[in-house]
Amino acid sequence: MRNRYSVFSLIKNALSYHENWQRAWKDPAPKKEYDAVIVGGGGHGLATAYYLAKKHNMNNIAVVEKGWIGGGNTGRNTTIIRSNYLWDASAGLYDHALKIWEGLSQELNYNVMFSQRGVMNLAHNLQDVRDLKRRTHANRLNGIDAVYLSTEEVKKFCPIINTSPDIRYPVLGGTLQRRAGTARHDAVAWGYARGADAMGVDIIQNCEVKGIKRNGDSVEGIETTKGFIKTKKVGVVAAGHSSVIANMAGLRLPLESKPLQALVSEPVKPIIDTVVMSNAVHAYVSQSDKGELVIGAGTDDYVSYTQKGSHQIVEGTLNAILELYPIFSRMRMLRQWGGIVDICPDASPILSKTSIKGLYFNCGWGTGGFKATPGSGDLFAHTIANDEPHKLNAAFNLNRFVSGDLVDEHGAAAVAH
Amino acid sequence: MFLINCPYCGERDQQEFKAGGEAHIERPKQPTELSDDEWAEYLFMRKNIKGVQFERWNHAHGCRKWFNMVRDTSNDEIKAIYKMGEKPPTQ
Repeated sequence: MRNRYSVFSLIKNALSYHENWQRAWKDPAPKKEYDAVIVGGGGHGLATAYYLAKKHNMNNIAVVEKGWIGGGNTGRNTTIIRSNYLWDASAGLYDHALKIWEGLSQELNYNVMFSQRGVMNLAHNLQDVRDLKRRTHANRLNGIDAVYLSTEEVKKFCPIINTSPDIRYPVLGGTLQRRAGTARHDAVAWGYARGADAMGVDIIQNCEVKGIKRNGDSVEGIETTKGFIKTKKVGVVAAGHSSVIANMAGLRLPLESKPLQALVSEPVKPIIDTVVMSNAVHAYVSQSDKGELVIGAGTDDYVSYTQKGSHQIVEGTLNAILELYPIFSRMRMLRQWGGIVDICPDASPILSKTSIKGLYFNCGWGTGGFKATPGSGDLFAHTIANDEPHKLNAAFNLNRFVSGDLVDEHGAAAVAH
Repeated sequence: MFLINCPYCGERDQQEFKAGGEAHIERPKQPTELSDDEWAEYLFMRKNIKGVQFERWNHAHGCRKWFNMVRDTSNDEIKAIYKMGEKPPTQ
């Protein structure tokens, strides 16, 4: 039985010097057979396992993770959550996630520090203005809150932005989604892991998948560094390494894995109480609860699995940040890192069955998967349990690259990919 | 960040180059004969290998010529560089 976290449990454990907290999840050895195995213990994979157990009564399942849970892109993103996407399919998908975010801490009994501080997207040229206005209208038709702001309103909402007309990329306006914001990324992985574990899901860390065993056109199990695990259903949620797993099953995916970088500054007092993103100059910034500025840079243009990126990408982002926020000119950056993002040609994800029975893929989230974590897990669990997609992820099938029915967010997303 | 030995200009900073994706994807000889599956394969499906991969690069801020590269994507080590039209080196 899992003890609930509350102010009383906090007081009780304080009295015993915090030495008797219950383990948040077990460390089991893999069983010989499961009803389903999720490959990848990031936020999306753990959420999938959580909803499989909770909504579909599949408790004899496991999550296998080659490193430690939340150690990949879950712990490397810039924690931005929003749902202001242009196309109906994307709006449905991301707003489904946003609605789950709004009650997630209560549901998981784990504080994911979801903060609806708003996300503002800036326009720097006339085409940006037209695109952002169009997106605002599309959002509102889909029931997603969005407002268009003039330059003065942008300045009022975030006073440290340089809105002077003589900078290289002047701010001509922007959009604001007030329900959007940030959450604590590690807590999302830990909260879902704790919740899934409490319902009997085995979370097996340091267990790398080495092969997928097929019998004709259906899955029989997976070879791992901890031995063979028999299962009829495998859900792959391996982000940048999706193609590596797909190759083991003899499947081709339309993905390219590229390094995406982010960086944080030294911690300072509260200076920016929202998230500001700029597509044209590719810079986005928010402030963590510790006080660090969290800055997202762009992807490199070559395939790499190194979790590093090129210096000039960071330099370009910081040039843009400094022009938009002259007040940051003497801030020092503390850490920089890279994550490997799997990018689809249309920059939309794949949540889909495959030509192999019992093999499912949840991948292609590219540079913006964190925001979708709860929705992605919920819909992927539905897809695995019913062997059919939910209506919200039906458009995100693998077959769209054959039919041509792409969800082309590439130019329409809030930042360039 | 790494250095790239352009076959026309010599060793230059990676910053001067643009990656052009997977190499040796042949344009269909008879486009009108192709099925939707074959088009998807040609247009979208990629090897995306973790390990040694063949790619195209362009010296965008230099001679602007295209060439091929063999690179290990797990550590960014460049194994070989050869001109367009040349046979890829056998391992």
